[in-house]
Amino acid sequence: MTQKEHYYPVHFLQAMTTIWQREITRYRRDRTRVVSTIVQPVMFLIVFGSGFRQTLATGLGMDFLAFMYPGTIAMTVMGVAFFSTVSTVWDREFGFLKEVLVAPIPRTAIALGKTTGAATMASVQALILLALAPVIGVELHPARIPLLILYMVMLSLSVSGLGLLVASLMKTTESFGIVIQILIFPMFFLSGAFFPLTEVPQWMEVLSNLNPLTYGVDAFRQVILRGDIPPEVAHKIFLYPLPVNGLFLLGFSTVMVLAAVIAFNKKS
Amino acid sequence: MDIIEVKELTKRFGDLLAVDHVSFTVEKGEIFGFLGPNGAGKSTTISMLATILTPSGGDAMISGFSIRRQRDAVRHSIGMVFQDPSLDNRLTAEENLRFHARLYGVPKEDYRRRMEEVLRLVDLWARKRDIVETFSGGMKRRLEIARGLIHYPDVLFLDEPTIGLDPQTRALLWDYVLKLKHDRAMTIFMTTHYMDEAEYCDRIAIMDHGKIVALDTPANLKRQLGGDIIRIESSQKDALQKELEHKLDTPIRQEGNALQFEVADGAKFLPRLLQEVQTRVEAVELRKPTLDDVFLSLTGRNIRKEEAPDQGQGPARGRP
Ligand SMILES: Nc1ncnc2c1ncn2[C@@H]1O[C@H](COP(=O)(O)OP(=O)(O)OP(=O)(O)O)[C@@H](O)[C@H]1O
Ligand SMILES: [Mg+2]
Repeated sequence: MTQKEHYYPVHFLQAMTTIWQREITRYRRDRTRVVSTIVQPVMFLIVFGSGFRQTLATGLGMDFLAFMYPGTIAMTVMGVAFFSTVSTVWDREFGFLKEVLVAPIPRTAIALGKTTGAATMASVQALILLALAPVIGVELHPARIPLLILYMVMLSLSVSGLGLLVASLMKTTESFGIVIQILIFPMFFLSGAFFPLTEVPQWMEVLSNLNPLTYGVDAFRQVILRGDIPPEVAHKIFLYPLPVNGLFLLGFSTVMVLAAVIAFNKKS
Repeated sequence: MDIIEVKELTKRFGDLLAVDHVSFTVEKGEIFGFLGPNGAGKSTTISMLATILTPSGGDAMISGFSIRRQRDAVRHSIGMVFQDPSLDNRLTAEENLRFHARLYGVPKEDYRRRMEEVLRLVDLWARKRDIVETFSGGMKRRLEIARGLIHYPDVLFLDEPTIGLDPQTRALLWDYVLKLKHDRAMTIFMTTHYMDEAEYCDRIAIMDHGKIVALDTPANLKRQLGGDIIRIESSQKDALQKELEHKLDTPIRQEGNALQFEVADGAKFLPRLLQEVQTRVEAVELRKPTLDDVFLSLTGRNIRKEEAPDQGQGPARGRP
């Protein structure tokens, strides 16, 4: 044992999945979080499905519920993804981050493990919402579900990446919470989830063009509604070609993860 | 063979020179101790050696790898037990070990055997399925040590491994550490500010204000003080000091209401002295020098005085 038996290079993927797996294990062990994953979308849909449908008239030329449903998914994904990346701040506060940072693994594997961990939890939440679609009267063509899941995962990765970047810059849970609070509302309102972004002031458009949620909501909407609504309505509410949405989300995730890696290196 | 070579290692935090051009070597298989008061720069040095803090200057080689240029190789070669807790309290003991083993690339087929080996070493085998949150402070510390060993490092760094532990647990931990040294010839680099623990080390470096002020075996360090320490209490200590200074040619220090000095062979010297001395003497004490005395003579301060007032139990373990 004095002489090292072998010199094992740790594979990038193994390091990343180890980090990822710990996130999942911790999540499964936290009953409150598991229960809230299921309860939160159900509650939302009950309120939303029964109340809004009658009270909100729309000038969209389409069912308001169908218009809102993609936004609901996006909002849920955003909430869970952000909340899950707080684990990095906890790790720093409770000292576990040192154990990770002293290990012979690339920082990028750490950041990707953390991001995919949070994205997994967010995607699971989105899948539950997807399963609830028939209950509130949104019809989904089974053939579109794989594409929808793909975009859910991409949105989850983008928001988790942003959350990780914030987490890697923050020392305490409190400051992380404040920054996330500040981010959540503008991100949601500038995403087009509640009102279409085709007729908004220029400054809003610029901000919404940088908002990953915009692309997520747009993609969800197109996948769910395409072909079911008249072309002139589609022209009014759809923003980008579907692949553009995908590319933006992937690009955004990449930039965020890289920025988080740089922040990690700076901090230590 | 030197397994650690430190050259002019320096760390600045703004204006503060936390580690000041420190150079030393550690031999393979020895227990090397860093001794010094709070804020001396012990943890900062260890953090640089463990590659989690970038030096402001200088370099160090561990197992032949540079801590600046070959970080991953260094990280593979070392095990680290941090001063502050670093376990995942929500995972079980075994899960904490598995996480670590996978990050260090321990082969799957070796993992079970090694996990059992290190958990038995620290007497936690029976608790392997328990969530760490339910562990006592001492059990957590032992688990951290087991974790630091599971990838068979060349060097194990222990930053104040016994802080906040009760005396029995401290003694047990030392049993483990000595067992590691004897059974596996592992190199152990530790910091402490318990003088009695420093006695277990093969060599110790005394650190103060970011500098190493002495480095030798505990015996040699104490020998430097010149044999035995004699302490005499007297109600007329000023008069006594004058008389003694007249008779002896060693420096005599006042310590509270007593006088203290060092002589070569105290057992023979003391009876002679007491026959001759004129001034009234209340009590005499003859003892071997401790590392405390070494520290005092090197820095002019007592290491204990630097600590928190509740030093009886040892300082609490937590984030600074
Ligand atoms: N991240 C940091 N930023 C600024 N100053 C620091 C930082 N870390 C340590 N210091 C300072 O560097 C000096 C050395 O600290 P260090 O933690 O190495 O001491 P130590 O010998 O380990 O003390 P202790 O016995 O209390 O653990 C202290 O004055 C401390 O305040
Ligand atoms: Mg320290």
